[in-house]
Amino acid sequence: MSISIGSSGSNRGPQGVIRDFGKQQTGTAFDPRIVTRLLAYLRPYWLRMTIALTFVLMSAALTLSVPYLIKVAIDQSIATGDVAGLTQLALVLLAVFVAIYATTAVLQYLLSWIGDQLLATLRGQLFRHLQALPIGYHDTHIVGVTISRVINDVAVINDLLSQGLITFVRDVFVLIGIVVVMLSLSPRLALITFMVLPLMVLATWLFARQAQVAFRMTRSRIAEMVGNLAENITGIRVIQAFAQEEPSQERFDEVNGANRDANVAAMTLSFLFLPAVEFLGMLATGIVLWFGGRAVIDNQLTIGVIVAFLAYVTRFFDPIQELSQLYTTMQSAMAGGERVFELLDTPSDVCDAPDAPELPPIVGRIELARVSFAYRDDIFVLHDLNLVIEPGQTIALVGPTGAGKSSIANLIARLYEVTNGAVLIDGIDVRTVAQRSLRRQTGIVPQEPFLFSGTIADNICFGHPDATLQAIEDAARLANAHDFIAALPDGYATDIQEGGANLSVGQRQLICMARAVLADPRILILDEATASVDTLTEQLIQAALQRLLTGRTAIVIAHRLSTIRNADLICVVNAGRIVERGQHDALVAHGGLYRQLYDRRFVDLATDEQE
Amino acid sequence: MRTSRTNTPSVPAPLPLLGYNSARVLMRCLAYLRPYWRMTLGAYLTLIGINVLTLAIPQFIRWIVDRGMGGKDTALLLQSVIGLLLLTLVKGVLTFWQGRWTEQASQSVAYDLRNELHRKFAELSFSYHDRTRTGQLLSRTMQDVERVRFVTGRAFLRLVDSSVLMLGSAAILIWMNPRLALLALVMLPFLGHRAMYLGRRLRPISLAVQQQLAVLTTRIEQNLRGARVVKVFAQEDAEIARFDQENDRWFDLAVRSSRLEAINTPLMDLIANISTVIIIWYGGRLVIEQQLTIGELVAFTTYLAQLAGPVRRLGQIVPALAVASAAGARVFEILDTQSDVRDAPDAISLPPIRGAVRFEHVSFAYAGRMSVLNDISFEAQPGQVIALIGMTGSGKSSVINLIPRFYDVTAGRITIDGYDIRTVTLSSLRDQIGMVLQDTLLFATTIRENIAFGRPEASMDTIMEAARAAQAHDFIAALADGYETLVGERGITLSGGQRQRIAIARALLKDPRILILDDATASVDTETEQLIQQALERLMRGRTSFVIAQRLSTLRMADVVLVLEHGQIATYGTHDQLLRTSALYVEMYQQQLQK
Repeated sequence: MSISIGSSGSNRGPQGVIRDFGKQQTGTAFDPRIVTRLLAYLRPYWLRMTIALTFVLMSAALTLSVPYLIKVAIDQSIATGDVAGLTQLALVLLAVFVAIYATTAVLQYLLSWIGDQLLATLRGQLFRHLQALPIGYHDTHIVGVTISRVINDVAVINDLLSQGLITFVRDVFVLIGIVVVMLSLSPRLALITFMVLPLMVLATWLFARQAQVAFRMTRSRIAEMVGNLAENITGIRVIQAFAQEEPSQERFDEVNGANRDANVAAMTLSFLFLPAVEFLGMLATGIVLWFGGRAVIDNQLTIGVIVAFLAYVTRFFDPIQELSQLYTTMQSAMAGGERVFELLDTPSDVCDAPDAPELPPIVGRIELARVSFAYRDDIFVLHDLNLVIEPGQTIALVGPTGAGKSSIANLIARLYEVTNGAVLIDGIDVRTVAQRSLRRQTGIVPQEPFLFSGTIADNICFGHPDATLQAIEDAARLANAHDFIAALPDGYATDIQEGGANLSVGQRQLICMARAVLADPRILILDEATASVDTLTEQLIQAALQRLLTGRTAIVIAHRLSTIRNADLICVVNAGRIVERGQHDALVAHGGLYRQLYDRRFVDLATDEQE
Repeated sequence: MRTSRTNTPSVPAPLPLLGYNSARVLMRCLAYLRPYWRMTLGAYLTLIGINVLTLAIPQFIRWIVDRGMGGKDTALLLQSVIGLLLLTLVKGVLTFWQGRWTEQASQSVAYDLRNELHRKFAELSFSYHDRTRTGQLLSRTMQDVERVRFVTGRAFLRLVDSSVLMLGSAAILIWMNPRLALLALVMLPFLGHRAMYLGRRLRPISLAVQQQLAVLTTRIEQNLRGARVVKVFAQEDAEIARFDQENDRWFDLAVRSSRLEAINTPLMDLIANISTVIIIWYGGRLVIEQQLTIGELVAFTTYLAQLAGPVRRLGQIVPALAVASAAGARVFEILDTQSDVRDAPDAISLPPIRGAVRFEHVSFAYAGRMSVLNDISFEAQPGQVIALIGMTGSGKSSVINLIPRFYDVTAGRITIDGYDIRTVTLSSLRDQIGMVLQDTLLFATTIRENIAFGRPEASMDTIMEAARAAQAHDFIAALADGYETLVGERGITLSGGQRQRIAIARALLKDPRILILDDATASVDTETEQLIQQALERLMRGRTSFVIAQRLSTLRMADVVLVLEHGQIATYGTHDQLLRTSALYVEMYQQQLQK
């Protein structure tokens, strides 16, 4: 409305208003500790930030000068018939517009650059920290939540640091500037016009409050709808099998409708707010025209002043709205910052000693000397455990769920730190050597065969990224995986889909074994899979397993009878202690816990053997 | 060696959208507004009212400046100011209704489309869902529908709005002073051109930025899921290097997009501002020469400002419409897919059955692939237990998927109590078949509702009875909220064995005549295994059961064991018979035992 020269580009439709207001939840808007720490991230860019600040003040001052220049043009050139003066002023105006363009473009680029750089740096830092975290962190944190830290929380912090601060400075500067210019042009008219301001602030505040609630509602409604939809698509086979298409449609219809209603309600709020703002703007314009107009009639003011006033009045309202949105940006950034710092402050509890030497090539003798271990304080899962594994031996850990089998395996790879006692490899305490040098000589075949997205070859050479294709194929042959891989249309270059969905469980196990073969570790930790695979694959796995174990020190968390029988030593673990050790026949004859486990688990087999 | 690892961004795979012409797609999107024509009409009528007011208001200001201030007429000044405020009030009311009606109509279109899509997903057969990924269907239903909503809502409205405002302002400018108007309008084509240019250039880059962010997200996700493997293989540095590489790529793309925007967005302001300079300079001279009044000059600049907005918006809408029509095509592609398994037009409801199942020369192939079943014939008497055994890929799963018509046979036919299953309605058929499969899917609701899934009206007593028979009652009752315990994301996590027993209860409650199950128990402890075994045996009693057999006990209790090999029945008989007569069976059986 009215004169809008050098439009500040704030063509904010309802959608824009909504996005900004709808962004954040409740929470503190200002936490000095977090703010200080966040600001520290700007330090490397202080020069650029200073330049940006200078530019923002320059462009704001230039923009503010435009209505004044037009006032001068009207009053001093047009009114007096000074054509030369008019041309001069037009040229000055043109120069000002070009300068506004230059400062704005540089400013916008600078700020985006700083923002992007900040995002990349923070993400890199978080990722590095994640690599250093103990495995226990991953046991207790949901993957999606951690991802959201690195992707979303970092982005809201950036909103505040790279855009928010500068916007704040500019808005305050513009507000003060307009007040000063208007007061100096006509104190009386300025003061009368300012009466609209409290109404404006009130309207903005009322809307911001309502909008937060309404848009939180739309977010939770949409989340519900997506949740329901995702579940129905995943469960479509069950729904069809139980002929439940209609009830599931009704439930979806319900959340779908709720989502529509929440959106309409939230948007209705902004359809109330926008006309209200426009009306208040017009009210200010009306005041200028009525009071100013009478002053013009009485020859107390010039037309030029009125025109300038009209332009300043429209500019007044953008900073007010922006400042109120800045408040929500602050809230989000505080919450985001808190979560990001929480992650960054999680200590990586398995640390190398500062002067930790490399572990020399090992023979593979493992000794657990009076080892106790607790995941969290006081809840011990291993008690004063002693175990010696000679080089090349295979030991099978057997026992009920929760007995401590996995903890033993994890301590040997130093995925966790012992609470008491020591783990010695070739007589060297694992805590005294560099972790990586230990792990480079250790291999693991996890129970859930985990594959990364990438090709099959990538997955096999995971521990040795520089391995040749020949070496990869040899490893695959040894692990009985070569035949099925070669039969795939793309062979080793076959892409693994999400979670290995395009391979069977058995095939994934074979690839994990090939990965361990290629790494050629002296110590192998194998958590035997329990998932059923078909018999042919089962045979392949068993054969590969035997080959993999030969010549290495191996710790197997065993579920299969054949594996257990082939072990050099069976350790029966119960309640954090090794309660029996020996070989299969002896342990069965002994009639202890092993015998019980054996009888229950292999009841089918036992009956068969009697036939 | 390392091959490329930069795949799997979570962007829906582009599909060839043959036969979807963009204009026709847009028309089809708009056709969804038909049920809401009153609101839509109302929105467009109010829009015209708003435009008329917007165009009239600067004339008021011109009036005030020239007649009121220039003519020193205080009464006129007051009347005009009040008139101005009243017009703004009317405009505000119109703006409110226009916004609300547009929003309501377009949200309703989105609602209708999502319901229609959901109905379609439920209708499409397994072969469709085999081919598609959940994420893909989700993004169609959420993002693509949102883009269609944009077309039916603000996009077209803006198109009309901007066009009317642009033409109206231009017409008034020309009416007020043709020469000045032409001078002012000379910059507009540049503005329109820049806006289109930016829209075209920016879109692919912002898309690339988004995709790169998806790649980054996938990298983090993979790294976190494989944290144990990364650690044990000491690959942290390699992982960081890989992440940095993708992170750097993201930064490069983001900066490119920032630069494009930083240079071009303020440029459009500059172009609009140059017009203002022209008006002030040339218009000012006209005022000096008394060919123009000050009020007209002020009104002129106002119209000019009103003109720049629509031109920029039009420039943005055109590329956006192209995106929306692609989204619309993806949505309609789903809606237009015909399910390959559907009720025959004259399908009858299958009466209550006894459970005699006959396969007559059945062959089957998954869409466009080699056949998996070849000329299979067998018959199951009511109440018999049929065990299926064979290697992976021998066709066991295909056999059981054909009975509830999750797929249709390619040749031959399947009858139940003499009815060809293709002649009866899907719901009447599936209502009488129960299934318990190995990977049990539960819904994110209470345990009670999960058990009652096939019979939502079941009483609490029958639900508990089913749970008891499925050996699930004890663990459910031990939970704090019992049967009202929520499972899934917002609730508790059940173990594999517990989920399986709930699935058995679910099937028991349905009390089907025909039962299909997989007797494998995935990683459960021995005690649970026995409980499940008992529950399964109870479930099979008195029903025609088809079991994919993994255990000896099942093979022993089966009335007939079908040994499948390469999609054919290699041999069949009871366990004891087969042990004596079939070398293949003995071999398979022994392999099974070595586990």
